Amino acid sequence: MTTSSTAPARAPRATNPRAAARRRPGTSRVSRTFYWMVLPAVLLFFVLHTIPVLNGIFFSMTNYAGYGEWDFTWFANYVNLFKDDQVLNAYAFTFGFALVSTILVNVISLAIALGLNSRIKFKTGLRGIFFIPNILSILVIGYVFNYLFSNSLPEIASGLGIDALSTSILANPDLAWVGIVILAVWQAAAFNIIIYLAGLQTIPGELYEAASLDGASVWRTFRSITFPLIGPFFTINMVLSLKNFLQVFDHIMALTAGGPGTSTQSVSLLIYRGGFQGGEYAYQTANAVIFLVVIVLISVFQLRVLQRREASF
Amino acid sequence: MTAPTLTPESVPPAASERPPVRRRRRGGRDEEGRRVNWWLTALLAVCALTVLVPLYFTVVTALKTPDQLGGSGFGLPTSIHLQNFADAWNLTNFPRALMNTALITVGAVLLTLATNAMVAYAIARNMHRRLFKGIFFYLVSAIFVPFPIIMLPVVKQTSLLGLDNQAGLILLYTVFGLSTNTLFFTAFIRSIPVELEEAALLDGASTWTVFTKIVFPLLSPMLATVGILTCVWAWNDFLLPLVVLSDPAAQTLPLANYVFQGQFNTNYTAAFASYLMAMAPLLLVYLFAQRWVISGVMRGSIK
Repeated sequence: MTTSSTAPARAPRATNPRAAARRRPGTSRVSRTFYWMVLPAVLLFFVLHTIPVLNGIFFSMTNYAGYGEWDFTWFANYVNLFKDDQVLNAYAFTFGFALVSTILVNVISLAIALGLNSRIKFKTGLRGIFFIPNILSILVIGYVFNYLFSNSLPEIASGLGIDALSTSILANPDLAWVGIVILAVWQAAAFNIIIYLAGLQTIPGELYEAASLDGASVWRTFRSITFPLIGPFFTINMVLSLKNFLQVFDHIMALTAGGPGTSTQSVSLLIYRGGFQGGEYAYQTANAVIFLVVIVLISVFQLRVLQRREASF
Repeated sequence: MTAPTLTPESVPPAASERPPVRRRRRGGRDEEGRRVNWWLTALLAVCALTVLVPLYFTVVTALKTPDQLGGSGFGLPTSIHLQNFADAWNLTNFPRALMNTALITVGAVLLTLATNAMVAYAIARNMHRRLFKGIFFYLVSAIFVPFPIIMLPVVKQTSLLGLDNQAGLILLYTVFGLSTNTLFFTAFIRSIPVELEEAALLDGASTWTVFTKIVFPLLSPMLATVGILTCVWAWNDFLLPLVVLSDPAAQTLPLANYVFQGQFNTNYTAAFASYLMAMAPLLLVYLFAQRWVISGVMRGSIK
């Protein structure tokens, strides 16, 4: 951003010989311009991303309410988190939701991507339609789904004589999460389909021809050729979906606002509410730090397991 | 491409990237033109209805009068009622929210494209140096930091720095996107041979000239991908504007709908008109640039 206004260093400078020796001939000199290219952005990144993280970790060990005086309480917040039913319920809901949504979205996206990659008519048009949810605001489309779930669906269900669905599922503490899963899967499938389609197009057609000459069944072809070859795309989709769904916020704001009661309160929503409205700044920052650790551990674990599976084929 | 039966619509976006061998070998039984699996096409068309029905519902509800509501709500309106749009326009202060959203989105996309590609270029061409490699891993590791972690402190910090406004949001989108974009750009830049740049350097061009005149134009497919993803993200984002913006006059479209929903949650027809107006701009752009958007996102995923 500011780099454009600084005069670029005209003469590329010689660097230390050790580094130069490892470089390819012709690029052995490093221009000072490279430093100016990264410096402003990295500095801004440090100020707006890293400092908040460190700041959060610092305040998680205090009793700061978001305003006024504060004292160090060290690990009291962390200890209390594990005894707090509201926190434990939020984690249970968030994990259950994320797990179900991740599995559903990946199964559905892969199935649709396989369909879109086969010999069908109107390929481009259908692809275009399936990508639409990705460009819509979750909050706004969530309000539309909210009306569908609480007004249209009960009307249709009672018309068909299905008593179980004749009241709004969003008002039912046992079923409200289903509505959130439907919205989440509907919206996230769009992006996942495109990633899987990109993966499917990297598979050479010769492999399928060879398989059909050998008389392989559709299922066998999928299991032995398609799935192993899109392994990296499966890994990326699984890791990103789970990570994104664990942070679920907009969906809940649009559908249930955490209710009925606190049955659909996610960790993000709890941090937002407690931190900004409940005077629990330090306490919820501690919650956020735990959340960070949990997400990093899960992502690393997932990457390892899925990559090992990829390699075993 | 040479098959005469092919219509332009049936060419998939990535067709040109496929090896030509495959197409030639398939010869007469082209997967696009002949032996169409109609059963599968029909099945996918039915699946596509799950996407289209909520959109249809939004449109018809936005056009109804309040007394035409009721029932399942899927019926067509008996008369077109445009008053809803006027109501929503005023209640959400639509022009202001639209301007804010557009300003933030355009600013975020431009600043992201101008800076993130540059950072990635410097890193990609100096990966062998410890400092740049360190910066690379520093930036990329932030992909795993979920937003709720920094949500509370970042709000304090932006208000302290006077960034609790549109300009602050532009900066935040640019900086928060840096992690993923660095990953995208460096992978792409490393696939560009350095010989061209070396030749320019030998001819006396500065590193800066090499970047702006040679590398930046070569990055255009990746710039399109990153631009599209940043645009969709900044336009639709709700949580970041919700916590960062302090002045109600700075409201973005999702935020305006959130506030509006809380205050007038019985005025359904105006609400749906408002939802439709919030979705329409990006939907219209998508309608015209559809193939380009999808191939851009696909390219980003293949890297």
